[in-house]
Amino acid sequence: MKSFSKTLNMQELIRPLGQMAFFSIGTTLLLSILTLLLAWILDRTIVGQTLLDRLNVSLFTYTLVNLPQVALDGLTIGFVYAAIALGYTMVYGVLEFINFAHSEIFAVGAFVGVELLIALDHFGVLKGASLGWAYVYLIAAIFAGMVAAGALAVTVERIAYRPLRHASRLVPLISAIGVSFLLQDVIRLVESLTTGQFNRIFPTFGNFDRRLLLGKMSLGATNITFGVSVKSIIVIVSAVLMLMALNYLVNATKVGKAIRAVAQDHPTASLMGIDVNRIISLTFLVGGLLGGAAGVLYALKFTRIDAFVGFFPGLKAFTAAVLGGIGNMTGALLGGIVLGMLETYAGSYMGVFTMGAAGTEYKDIFAFSILILVLIFRPQGLMGASVAQKA
Amino acid sequence: MTRRLIVVLTLVIAACVVFSGSVMAADQVIKIATQSPLSGDQSVVGVDIKRGAELALEQLSGPLTKMGFKVELAPFDDQANPDTGVANAKRIVADPAILAVVGHYNSGVQIPSSEVYHTSGLANVSPANTNPKVTTRGYLEVNRIVGRDDVQGVVGADFAAGKNVKSVFVVHDKTAYGQGIAEFFKKRAAEKGMKVLGFEGTEEKANFDALLSPIIAGNPDAVYFGGMYSQAAVMFKQAREKGYMGMFISDDGFDSSDAVKIAGQTLLDGAGTFYSTVSGPANIYPGTAKFVADFKAKFNAAPQPFAAQGYDSMAICLKAIEAAAKANGNKLPTRQAVAKQIRALKEFKGITGTFTFNEIGDPTVAKYFVIQVTSADPTKWNDNPVVQTLDIAPPK
Repeated sequence: MKSFSKTLNMQELIRPLGQMAFFSIGTTLLLSILTLLLAWILDRTIVGQTLLDRLNVSLFTYTLVNLPQVALDGLTIGFVYAAIALGYTMVYGVLEFINFAHSEIFAVGAFVGVELLIALDHFGVLKGASLGWAYVYLIAAIFAGMVAAGALAVTVERIAYRPLRHASRLVPLISAIGVSFLLQDVIRLVESLTTGQFNRIFPTFGNFDRRLLLGKMSLGATNITFGVSVKSIIVIVSAVLMLMALNYLVNATKVGKAIRAVAQDHPTASLMGIDVNRIISLTFLVGGLLGGAAGVLYALKFTRIDAFVGFFPGLKAFTAAVLGGIGNMTGALLGGIVLGMLETYAGSYMGVFTMGAAGTEYKDIFAFSILILVLIFRPQGLMGASVAQKA
Repeated sequence: MTRRLIVVLTLVIAACVVFSGSVMAADQVIKIATQSPLSGDQSVVGVDIKRGAELALEQLSGPLTKMGFKVELAPFDDQANPDTGVANAKRIVADPAILAVVGHYNSGVQIPSSEVYHTSGLANVSPANTNPKVTTRGYLEVNRIVGRDDVQGVVGADFAAGKNVKSVFVVHDKTAYGQGIAEFFKKRAAEKGMKVLGFEGTEEKANFDALLSPIIAGNPDAVYFGGMYSQAAVMFKQAREKGYMGMFISDDGFDSSDAVKIAGQTLLDGAGTFYSTVSGPANIYPGTAKFVADFKAKFNAAPQPFAAQGYDSMAICLKAIEAAAKANGNKLPTRQAVAKQIRALKEFKGITGTFTFNEIGDPTVAKYFVIQVTSADPTKWNDNPVVQTLDIAPPK
């Protein structure tokens, strides 16, 4: 036991936790202050007056009362984006190309997990399951999704990318887009042949849908409750655990050292006795594992999946990776959290702040404008240059 | 031995020639196309529109067969996508054997596709499209046997007013169909003195957190969704999870058992879930008992909404082609003659109603229903009770 704790690098376990806490709290505070400031200013204008007429409450109070819930929602989706973004960023780190098939690897993970649960439900196992067993089944589904997605990611690399490794940089990129479309339609084909259904729905079991009430505030005539559903907690906790494990793997193990070496320079790494191909496969495996788990968690949170489920989260996560500085792991984490938060804040408040002229539907304009601004002033992304290591 | 083989082979070849010759010399072919989503997330309904039409073709093509025609179904998959619908439409008008089209589930697909039918005079009977524009363009070729959105939105708002709803938040899916209904709902709701707290469009399919915060904050008596179940059910579920207990109202896009598979018990909680529709469950129409039985026997599944309308649309096409062929001396009629015959039908007795088309192709009277979701069991979707039935003529 003693020797075990000695070999365990405590610093690398605590550091990512600190980072995550810092990023989450920092983003929340910054965005909240900005929103409140805007609300305070707008309160003096016709916007505040309109809301006062409609809900009998000042815009500032309205914003303040809704803030905790908005921040929590933003954080939940932010961690999902971060887990997917790491898959993009790790592959970029070692191969310097964007693996556009990652969104479908995510989707396959979601499908395998959900199909397993649907099968269990079909045999009547889920209905009477006690709380403990419900969690066992959920964890089994997450692992199934991880294994399937990890295996698929390795296969895709072996078949579609490795033969093209020395071709010009555009070639594997096109190959990745091709694989992405192929996988989408393969999922669609398999689903329509086996189940004949397009929508697959996460079965209801356990206490995942329950909402824990954390507080209650009055807003005009109504009460706003502030709470978090059990599944959001599961999503956040699992994402945090995965990110910690990944950080430990990359920064505190021998394999991680090899990954970092390959990311810096393939020929030199191979001169040091590192099997570059194996490390690249391993990188895809790890990215796939993360993506698969994120897929099942996504299905848990949002209930319905279809063959094209990977597209939007994939696009958002890719954006998050670029926002944070692609190739940089801490950057992907920060980018995911920032993007999820921005999107949720913008979506929740834009309607009220513009008197319904530009509602939630325009939330992506906001998030992507920020991306453009960041890229204009910091082309390497938020964390791009400050950390030299890539992986 | 070899000679015998040659003889046998010769006989086989001769038989083939004779057989194929007889096929070629056979009756003239009339094809009737169907267009509906056969793949994708709306295929549950789209496939059954095709199946309804297929059943009608099988049961009702007798008179045409007797006149010496061979009647065939030409099913097309529009994937609920306007581009695919238009591409199919071009293939359909290029086939001279096709004399009519039963089709489209989505108004957004029917409207551009029917422009193609219109340019070549091909008749189109729509089993499900409710957007006003389907008929208000005034094309001779385009008819529908269901009601209209401008009335469906009104039905929803009147129902809400009857339930004493004072404030409402309106959400739509930004399609011609969903936004159309939502706008008519909003207008009527305001006329009825309801407070419209918000009007939002969204293409989001999974994460409704941001959209829901103004809804939860405003706490309206009802939330109206103009669009399809695949979005609506996910949004309703998430709203309940955030503690909203008011009423949900939607339109006929909500009419799929998948809705309850997605949202389950949450649809029944609080003030419940209601949807208006132009197509009641097949068993609400007096004439559908035999249809439901035949459908179950043939396809081994209960008919989804609009399957019976698919049947009726096909029946109308067959009847009109028959009349046009008779007028043409039992010879193949022109497309234009078929289109004219459809518009000229008087009191056609279908299984979902008696149809006479007005000068723009709307039925002179259409039925509208408000249905309440009462069971979290997807297999019991068709047992959801109708809480209100209305016969309304199309607006002038």
